[in-house]
Amino acid sequence: MFLFDNLLCMLLGISFTVWFTLLLVFIIVPAVFGVSFGIRRLYMNTLLKIFEWATLRMERGAKEKNQQLYKPYSNGIIAKELASLEQEMQEMRRSGSGSALGGAEFEMSDIFHFCRRGVESIVDDEVTKRFTAEELESWNLLTRSNYNFNHISTRLTVLWGLGVLIRYGILLPLRVTLAFTGVGLLVFLTSLIGLLPNGGMKSFLSEKAHLMCYRICVRALTAIITYHDSENKPKNGGICVANHTSPIDVIILSSDGCYAMVGQVHGGLMGVIQRAMVKACPHIWFERSEVKDRHLVAKRLSDHVADKTKLPILIFPEGTCINNTSVMMFKKGSFEIGCTVYPVAIKYDPRFGDAFWNSSKFGMVNYLLHMMSSWAIVCSVWYLPPMSREESEDAVQFANRVKAAIARKGGLADLLWDGGLKRDKVKEVFKEEQQKLYSKVLVGGAEDRSRS
Amino acid sequence: MGSTSSTLSKIPNADELIQETGFTSAHLARLFERFEALDKDKKGYLSPQDFEAIKELALNPICDRIIGAFFSSGQEMLDFSSFVRILAHFRPIDNNRTKEPNSPDPINSRINKLKFAFQLYDQDKDGKISRNELLQVLRAMLEKQVTEEQLESIADRTIQEADLDRDDAISFEEFRKSLEKVNIDHKMSIRFLR
Repeated sequence: MFLFDNLLCMLLGISFTVWFTLLLVFIIVPAVFGVSFGIRRLYMNTLLKIFEWATLRMERGAKEKNQQLYKPYSNGIIAKELASLEQEMQEMRRSGSGSALGGAEFEMSDIFHFCRRGVESIVDDEVTKRFTAEELESWNLLTRSNYNFNHISTRLTVLWGLGVLIRYGILLPLRVTLAFTGVGLLVFLTSLIGLLPNGGMKSFLSEKAHLMCYRICVRALTAIITYHDSENKPKNGGICVANHTSPIDVIILSSDGCYAMVGQVHGGLMGVIQRAMVKACPHIWFERSEVKDRHLVAKRLSDHVADKTKLPILIFPEGTCINNTSVMMFKKGSFEIGCTVYPVAIKYDPRFGDAFWNSSKFGMVNYLLHMMSSWAIVCSVWYLPPMSREESEDAVQFANRVKAAIARKGGLADLLWDGGLKRDKVKEVFKEEQQKLYSKVLVGGAEDRSRS
Repeated sequence: MGSTSSTLSKIPNADELIQETGFTSAHLARLFERFEALDKDKKGYLSPQDFEAIKELALNPICDRIIGAFFSSGQEMLDFSSFVRILAHFRPIDNNRTKEPNSPDPINSRINKLKFAFQLYDQDKDGKISRNELLQVLRAMLEKQVTEEQLESIADRTIQEADLDRDDAISFEEFRKSLEKVNIDHKMSIRFLR
């Protein structure tokens, strides 16, 4: 009896030690030194092959039953009429109810254009699409993204079951341990470093500590990141702007460079982390009341960039999480400060796990759980060359220029819309644009007639 | 979310709707998902506020009238069947559909499309577009871009041309006549993808 107990204890002890050593050797030590064994890439390629196989099986299954596989279209249910208001009006005039005077006059049928446009928007509009998670063509063995439940054969179910076991039984605990290690180390080390006097040594150590802890966090998410054009990495005294998909963006960027964060002061665990981080190097945390005061915010930001010893500020000008298929309007605040802007484009590969945080649907903890039980987070980061505001442009135009560059590089759609539209109403200005356009078509026609 | 067949099972009287509106089952499933996406509070029906929340629609100068067309009987709750029946107006006309004698016109017939457009003008539902109603539409579409006098002259001219029985209002027949040559099918149809 005792012998058996002893044996069991020994086995448990050994397996625990082995597991922990493996963890240390393959994950934590490389994180500390910033090297990689390439295990994650191997993992990623294997996963891709499995996903392709799974999708093929489903298609075969669907064909056998003579049913259509539900193919989600990223373009929506309808093909929208692309002709502009002017073109449509001209067409209507030509085939229209024959106004003897020719030229553009108001016709009863003009309302059709607006009516149809309106109903098209009801059936499918650009903005609502951006705030729900992207739909995939192939299945990545996660229930949450599967639309074809009927077509899963036994073999696929087994595979899926295996997937669940691996993800929740092995990957999740592993990742949670790593996450705690990473965050804990961050708080501990930054508090320690905070005790040192300000100077070169402190900055150096702070940089190393931050990088190391973020790298552990990156591994905690099994994030496979490819950085492009690192020669354009943000430098001191500048502002780094990036498109926003999830809170993880911060970790992804910070594991490759040191930034000063900007944000609201939170309570609880976040607050502890924030207070510790600010001891080691100057981040910018605002009280809730200060956030409303735009001048105060602008002043603190400009003071920070003026000091060349301080790190570049990291800002997400969209102001909210977008689902990574497009870039929405940038808020102009950060572009008014008048320093060099370093744009960064982040594009996630949705096949391995959807990184988009739908804050109206899921809370933070739920979201993190989703993240840590996905296969992996695969993304690409492009550092774009620095941009500055030119003499002839104002902050809004500059912001749009930067936004266009980011959208182009990341392969995202460049939208005029405001991220705030998730919650707020459309500005009157946009409605007026439509009216202006229509009146031009009518009045312009009248002018032509009076000339002739 | 689920396959087409499982979405369809959530729709009450789906077969009836398919018969009536001419949408395919795939279209119906897609529209049901859109209905659910618009119904953010998961009430099971749509309210005018849900429509107002669509940003692109809010841009439209006649958005209030379009929303009004969906809630035409004055009720504040739009269920899925009514939603689909109204959208069916915008299906392209089926030219090869055999017309059985004594059967009602399909929802997307030319006449019904015209009736839909007519109600956008005729807000008080008296069967005529009065000069005032016409002015209101013009104001909505043009607002600050033209003067009141210009609006009035446009309204006068339009009524002059279309009003055949000289009662200073445009009835549905006059409306239909004035649009005889317009390709209604093209202007009032939305291309639904397979």
